[in-house]
Amino acid sequence: MNIIVCIKRVPETADADVSIGKSGKDIDKSGLAFDLNEWDSYAIEEAILLKEKLGGTVTVLSIGGEDSNESLRKCLAMGAEDAIRLTDPAFDGSDGFVTAKILAEAIRKIPYDLILTGTQAEDDGYGQVGVVLAELLGIPHAALVTRLEAQDKKVKVHRELEGGLEEVYEIDLPAVLTIQTGINEPRYVSIMGIRKVAKKEIKTFGVSDLNLKAEEVGLSGSDIQLEKIFLPPVGEGAEMLEGKPEEVALKVFDILKDKGGLA
Amino acid sequence: MKEIIVLAEHRRGELRDVTWEMLSKGRQLAESIGAEIGVALLGKGVNQLAEALKPKAHKVFLIEDERLEVYNSETYEKVLTQLITERKPLLTLIGHTAMGMDFAPGLAAHLKMPLATDCIGIEATGEAFSLTRQLYGGKVNATVSFLKKGPYMVTLRSGAFPVLEKEALPGEMVKLPSPLTDEGLARRFLQYVEAAIGEVDITQADILVSIGRGIKEAENIPIVKEFADAIGGTLSCSRPVVDKKWLPKDRQVGTSGKTVKPKVYIAIGISGAFQHVAGMKGAGTVIAINKDPKAPIFSVAQYGIVADLFKIVPVLKNKIKEFKQKS
Repeated sequence: MNIIVCIKRVPETADADVSIGKSGKDIDKSGLAFDLNEWDSYAIEEAILLKEKLGGTVTVLSIGGEDSNESLRKCLAMGAEDAIRLTDPAFDGSDGFVTAKILAEAIRKIPYDLILTGTQAEDDGYGQVGVVLAELLGIPHAALVTRLEAQDKKVKVHRELEGGLEEVYEIDLPAVLTIQTGINEPRYVSIMGIRKVAKKEIKTFGVSDLNLKAEEVGLSGSDIQLEKIFLPPVGEGAEMLEGKPEEVALKVFDILKDKGGLA
Repeated sequence: MKEIIVLAEHRRGELRDVTWEMLSKGRQLAESIGAEIGVALLGKGVNQLAEALKPKAHKVFLIEDERLEVYNSETYEKVLTQLITERKPLLTLIGHTAMGMDFAPGLAAHLKMPLATDCIGIEATGEAFSLTRQLYGGKVNATVSFLKKGPYMVTLRSGAFPVLEKEALPGEMVKLPSPLTDEGLARRFLQYVEAAIGEVDITQADILVSIGRGIKEAENIPIVKEFADAIGGTLSCSRPVVDKKWLPKDRQVGTSGKTVKPKVYIAIGISGAFQHVAGMKGAGTVIAINKDPKAPIFSVAQYGIVADLFKIVPVLKNKIKEFKQKS
């Protein structure tokens, strides 16, 4: 089974102190660590598990500058065969729809049975690219996939719904599946593993290679644009318990006693 | 007359809360631009749901077909393509839910409609709309505008819009023919799978002590478990802990896990992503422990402690044991 996985390199903000950058349109990324988007790490792992079971190849695809090679190499170290980077100044400002359009044009050049993406990206969180990709390629899809079994020319997938419920579908291949976190346990990549793939070629394609026009991509091709960003308004907020740990413990004890939290 | 159409979301015979939230916001938008609000209901044998929707809209567009008994992106795309092409609503609202995320982006691309997903705010600006979205897992908000002309499609985050009580609307029932045929689908629904029933029901606990990404390693969980035991609490968690298989799914609080309403909820090393907060905002008292003073959980909690959990939790455990013995 030949599988394409679309990935993105994103800043790690979960534990970071985030501030607004000078442009007012993005966060200040200096000092932030970057890594493979969390959802994508599950998508690439799922692709490699399938390949190990069924044979075939895994090709990773990413839109971005040279920095993105780092995440593409991580995927190669995990077990992908090929990596392609789509890069062009004209891509700047692309929204979710245009991102899918660029990926679709690149994918048309590659033979595939299955395409996996993360359900969403940690940075812009559109949750849109994989589903649009399927529409543009004219193939079926499922979003929020938490379980995947490949059968002959079709896949059986579980989709995560609200409240712990799942729905099961049978889908004809080729198809696009957007992968939800927790579907597997992404393998650890050692520094040695990264070193082994350091010399591997990463092909690059730009607008002219992709049967696209510059005005169809980037901001000029997009449906939406970001005007400004701001820190979310804080509600009334919590009463902060301060002091030495012992003093804080006494305060917590009193609150628990008062609110019925001591059994 | 201009029109805003809301897609009613329902599953297993019940309308989902996001439907009422979208109708409430959609009505407010419609009033601000002199438009009518309509609601589209796709299903089979859903007359009762249609009746319930009537007072919330000028028109209820009902499309019934046995092939719509359960949701499927392929059937929904066909039916909504016909409805939107015929009615040309200025705006179509869909929930940013497991269902909406699965078909709205494809439908918008199919109809070449500009789409903004997962919006937590929407205001009319003349013939277009200004939107508020969140970036970086809710660390910052963004104001977003459309670059193209409508009709527009927007998906709204579940739980982000209040349901306001207003006088009933006429709710004219408009039954529309289904465009579906017996043509085979490339994607076929097989069944629902219920969540596995675990040994502990966290929805019944009076005290929940919940851990998140901040716990860092599975080996650290006993630190919090001992604290929970000391106060007679039950251990629960946020999504990352389940994704890493450190605790079973039945301990997960949040949109895709369980909704809990304990007397006391202690969130330890949980940043407070909206998917988590949606599952615990009904708690009586919330105490949050997090090393990041800007963590969103502090705007949900009544009491906050900015500290390294590995330092503060063992002290809390020992001291509370002491106090309990004395009192």
